Amino acid sequence: MRRLFAALLAVSLLVLAQPSRADQTEDALTSLGTPGFDNVREGVEQLATSGHPRAAEIIGALQAGLLFVNADQTLFIKQGDDSFVSASDGKATTDISADDLKQVRVNNGIRNAIEAALGGLRLFSPDAPTRLEAAEAVYKAHDPAALPALDQALAKESNAGVKTRMLEARAAALLSAPDSVEGDRIAAVAVLRARGDIETRGYLASLSDQPPAVAAAITAALTSLDRLAQIWSVAQSVYYGLSLGSVLLLAAAGLAITFGVMGVINMAHGEMVMIGAYVTFVVQQFMREHTPGIYGTSLLFAIPLAFLVTGAVGVAVERCLIRFLYGRPLETLLATWGLSLGLQQAVRSIFGANNRDVDTPRWMSGATEVGGLTLTWNRMYIILFAIIVLASLMAALRYTSLGLRMRAVTQNRRMAAAMGIRTPWIDALTFGLGSGVAGMAGVALSQIDNVSPNLGQGYIIDSFMVVVFGGVGNLWGTTLGALTLGIVNKFLEPIAGAVMAKIVVLVLLILFIQRRPRGMFPLKGRAVES
Amino acid sequence: MAITEPTLSRRGLARAGAAVATIAAIGAVEAVNNSAAAQAKATIKVGILHSLSGTMAISETTLKDVMLMLIEKQNAKGGLLGRKLEAVVVDPASNWPLFAEKARQLISVDKCAATFGCWTSVSRKSVLPVFEELNSILFYPVQYEGQECSRNVFYTGAAPNQQAIPAVDYLWNESKVKRWVLAGTDYVYPRTTNQILEAYLISKGVAKEDIMINYTPFGHSDWQNIVAEIKKFGSAGKKTAVVSTINGDANVPFYKELGNQGIKATQIPVVAFSVGEEELAGIDTKPLLGHLAAWNYFQSVDNPANKAFIDSWKKYTKNPKRTTNDPMEAHLIGFNMWVKAVEAAGSIDPDKVIDALIGVAVPNLSGGYSAMMPNHHITKPVLIGEIQADGQFNTVSQTPGLVVAQEWSPYVADTKDLIGDWRAPLKCGAFNVKTGACSTGKKA
Amino acid sequence: MKTDRTLWLTLSLTFGIPLVLAVLNQVTEIGAALHVPTYVLALAGKYLCFAMLALAVDLVWGFAGILSLGHAAFFALGGYAMGMYLMRQIGTRGVYGNAMLPDFMVFLGWKELPWYWYGFEWFPFAIFMAVLVPGLLAMGFGWLAFRSRVTGVYLSIITQALTYALLLAFFRNDMGFGGNNGLTDFKDILGFPVQADATRAVLLVVSALFLCLQFLVARFVVDSRFGKMLIAVRDTESRTRFLGYRPESYKLVVWVLSAVMAGIGGALYVPQVGIINPSEFAPANSIEAVIWVAVGGRGTLSGAILGAILVNFGKTWFTGALPEFWLYALGALFIFVTLFLPKGVMGLFAMRRART
Repeated sequence: MRRLFAALLAVSLLVLAQPSRADQTEDALTSLGTPGFDNVREGVEQLATSGHPRAAEIIGALQAGLLFVNADQTLFIKQGDDSFVSASDGKATTDISADDLKQVRVNNGIRNAIEAALGGLRLFSPDAPTRLEAAEAVYKAHDPAALPALDQALAKESNAGVKTRMLEARAAALLSAPDSVEGDRIAAVAVLRARGDIETRGYLASLSDQPPAVAAAITAALTSLDRLAQIWSVAQSVYYGLSLGSVLLLAAAGLAITFGVMGVINMAHGEMVMIGAYVTFVVQQFMREHTPGIYGTSLLFAIPLAFLVTGAVGVAVERCLIRFLYGRPLETLLATWGLSLGLQQAVRSIFGANNRDVDTPRWMSGATEVGGLTLTWNRMYIILFAIIVLASLMAALRYTSLGLRMRAVTQNRRMAAAMGIRTPWIDALTFGLGSGVAGMAGVALSQIDNVSPNLGQGYIIDSFMVVVFGGVGNLWGTTLGALTLGIVNKFLEPIAGAVMAKIVVLVLLILFIQRRPRGMFPLKGRAVES
Repeated sequence: MAITEPTLSRRGLARAGAAVATIAAIGAVEAVNNSAAAQAKATIKVGILHSLSGTMAISETTLKDVMLMLIEKQNAKGGLLGRKLEAVVVDPASNWPLFAEKARQLISVDKCAATFGCWTSVSRKSVLPVFEELNSILFYPVQYEGQECSRNVFYTGAAPNQQAIPAVDYLWNESKVKRWVLAGTDYVYPRTTNQILEAYLISKGVAKEDIMINYTPFGHSDWQNIVAEIKKFGSAGKKTAVVSTINGDANVPFYKELGNQGIKATQIPVVAFSVGEEELAGIDTKPLLGHLAAWNYFQSVDNPANKAFIDSWKKYTKNPKRTTNDPMEAHLIGFNMWVKAVEAAGSIDPDKVIDALIGVAVPNLSGGYSAMMPNHHITKPVLIGEIQADGQFNTVSQTPGLVVAQEWSPYVADTKDLIGDWRAPLKCGAFNVKTGACSTGKKA
Repeated sequence: MKTDRTLWLTLSLTFGIPLVLAVLNQVTEIGAALHVPTYVLALAGKYLCFAMLALAVDLVWGFAGILSLGHAAFFALGGYAMGMYLMRQIGTRGVYGNAMLPDFMVFLGWKELPWYWYGFEWFPFAIFMAVLVPGLLAMGFGWLAFRSRVTGVYLSIITQALTYALLLAFFRNDMGFGGNNGLTDFKDILGFPVQADATRAVLLVVSALFLCLQFLVARFVVDSRFGKMLIAVRDTESRTRFLGYRPESYKLVVWVLSAVMAGIGGALYVPQVGIINPSEFAPANSIEAVIWVAVGGRGTLSGAILGAILVNFGKTWFTGALPEFWLYALGALFIFVTLFLPKGVMGLFAMRRART
């Protein structure tokens, strides 16, 4: 590694890349083509320091799994159109067939070497985001040999963000170097303390053999980082709670309508969620085949489609099954339970019992750091999505004529019928709406959970708890119920463990229902007694 | 809504009586039918006891299909002992008491010569007394916690020393891991494996505070806290790795959370013992690049036998994307061993076949031979693979030879002196080499 | 008079058929024309225990209007009490040969028996606990719930929460009940080997006896003045209250009685199936029990027994004969019964009587 960075400086100057290095290049390429992970790793390290003009490209190809080797250990890079070019000079080769080539495989050790090598090679890229990534890679490698290259790059750097990263990388490298002076080290600790993320903490903690003053500074930095982390952890728990709450809310919102508004105990609700998730799967399959260009937006197509499909299933179920059972809420429970068994098995027959692979689009992957908070994008989007679904649901109930009729039927069915509202259709549409919302929840859940025939089963009980806790027939209650349960659960989890937390929440819920037999926000009026 | 107790008319009464009597009679009729079928000697029946519905259907359905394929192929070759094989498929529906009931049915009603089945430990524990009582043969294809050695069960999956310990050794030597998270689902396999691993790590000099053990329930889907905790545990300045015995369904959300919270394999590698090709087929594997799994077989293993198996599997399922995995290989090995043993014994009599099975060796799919040892476990190579972007494993390490299973772990105080050996004259599943006593399974 | 005929018919069938099966199994040789295989005994025993659970559900649902979606919890608790007794009987015959500790505790590294396992080596104590624990839990739960007038779906949902919480709790290995694997590998009961045919035959007859007893008790309860009150509470709880009765007391008594009945069912179930584990607490099991009652005919005690046996027989048959399709069949059965047979199979008989 050290050798690598020592030579990087030279590489950066490029003028030094003389043909005299040809044998080193030769060695590096041979090494890369020789089987054995250690050889490949050595090859990467040599190549990075060789000054070969195509070093970055070759290593990049290795990282992407596009580097191939033939029987005489000559390297080729696979192109986008499945043709191959020679790795050493980039010339197209026509006489090579894919059958004669073997992919050069990498393991974690090589991956580390690749990242460090590419980091070093790209510190001088004209593109700022690339430099930022490169600085980050150099930071992670914290190799003192990178110091000269870093100084060089820092002198030229104009972008403030990249500069900060480079300074951090420099600080990390300084602390690793055996010959840095004490003052520099203490300053470096301060820089890292300011950076303050969890990896930095790990790096600081791993430093040993520092002069006493530096060691003291490190201990102080660690203590302050830990204290800070403790404060942030409260906010982090709230975030976890919110995100769990939003998942519960999405799963329960549909139920709040079918169960809360219509009084139908729909045990097949979970299966509607499951169908929504499978719709996502089908949409992604279709788009991968037919419209790969806009594949990243697949979820945006899946959401309305899931709503329509599950909504239609819901209407069909209401027309064929539920409508015969009004006034017998407990019987609907049994019939819909039977339905849920059938739906699960149907999905199992069509799609197989295995989990299905639903991709997370790029824009939903990863996380962002805000202070000491890690906010994962998929969960952020799910929170956002829950808010949107809730708001539109409320708006639909409040401002549309369908919503008005729904409320009328809920409050007084006979009166509504007398006013000329076709109650059977309202029932069907309400049930369809509830199911459709469940379907949309399925799209969201496909991003965080298994897409399998059992998906719905995992959420049905929690959903019922949420609706009952919040108060049947009240969307606000459902929302508050979901969030409360989510947050309480997430605060209990670190103390009691995941299972005990859940048990405690259930017991608290049972006790709460004793105090408030109709949930947090009970319905008032005539509907209560029926 | 008033519901009254209805009373029965004379005719209704007779019908009710008839209905109940029919139910009772069916048992007797079935018994008669089956004894007749047994006398006909037309086919040799093979029981397949895998859940086709419920939570375990995800993993077990595939194994049923593999068995059907193997039986079909064997029949194409002319069957066994000049008789055709006949698969008897039942659905124990992921319901453990139902496993015992179905096992009893397969043995005593259908008269199956051998049964291939079970996935979870609890299902095996549930059927174990039935197989012992009725003296039949079960092939169990899944890696498990060990600490068991029944005369009637042949364990073709890995014992902990055939999977967990080589994996830990690999991380120890290759990645210089010094801090360990043992994360598992709260059931017997992870508990035992982690207990063994903890003892093993401590024996290697790892301090207690450098081991974090975490258990989660089945199907756990919200991993936010735990992943964050792992991240925190990994920030103590020592190279950290996660040893995951998380069960099937919980893995997808776990890996998704890992990917999203940005834990890369180059920082904190996760080595899993329950994640195979089949599980990965349900995950977007790009963020998982480089995380590891330890098995005795990978689909990516490059040799002609494996290629032929994969081809015939894809052809049989009519799905060019179907994956193969370790328990499937275990069933293949188990089935071939059984065929060989029945041929050697010249009979399907369980006692003869049980004796004939010991010492049988058949080719495995990683290019060697697996042999049935006297402890009813088989020898296996241990492969460690890194997850690749295409959902396959890239073998990064393989034990030089075959590993013999330790059914009783030497790292558990109560079992370190036990061995299982079903050959005469010992014939004991748990023989204490110190005291010379056989604590279980001795049958006269 | 006619009512009595139902009573006698139910009693003679529920006791007579198992008795005949058991006797045939014992007196005839294997292979004889009338021989009943042990497999059938085990099945019949299981059905009878489920019938006890169904009877318990019917008592509260059919007669007091309390739809419990958590009754399997009481059944499983009774089962665990029996399971603990059977575990203690294994003694040194376990894998590790530990006289005091069951196998699963040995491998978890436990050094001594947890306090709540004490006493379970005595059969009477275990039976007492199989009755007491479900009864106490039901009393605590019911007292809270009925006093604060939790009714209808709210009650159903919290009973579900109850069994779900117990499911999660028993899954934990740290609880000391064997975690997911539960209790299994039993050796003998009261000195007789559990696996032996004779023991099975006796257990079957004992189950039949208990089922008949429970049926009689339930019948006595619903026919009494107390039963009339229950029906009044079921049909209009508020009116009963206005008349000066205390519906919660009536509900509580029948609720506890029902839990105890379920607990006894569970205790008899475990030695016959040979395993008890947390999946018995699964909410799906409780819902299934409700469905047995619905199939047989809610509010008819004979119907509950008939429903439990019919559905479980169907399940046994379908999972063997049509493994890929049995969930469709089961699902369709539930839909069919609720849509077309709102009073269950017993309703069919009643209809026929009304027509003639």
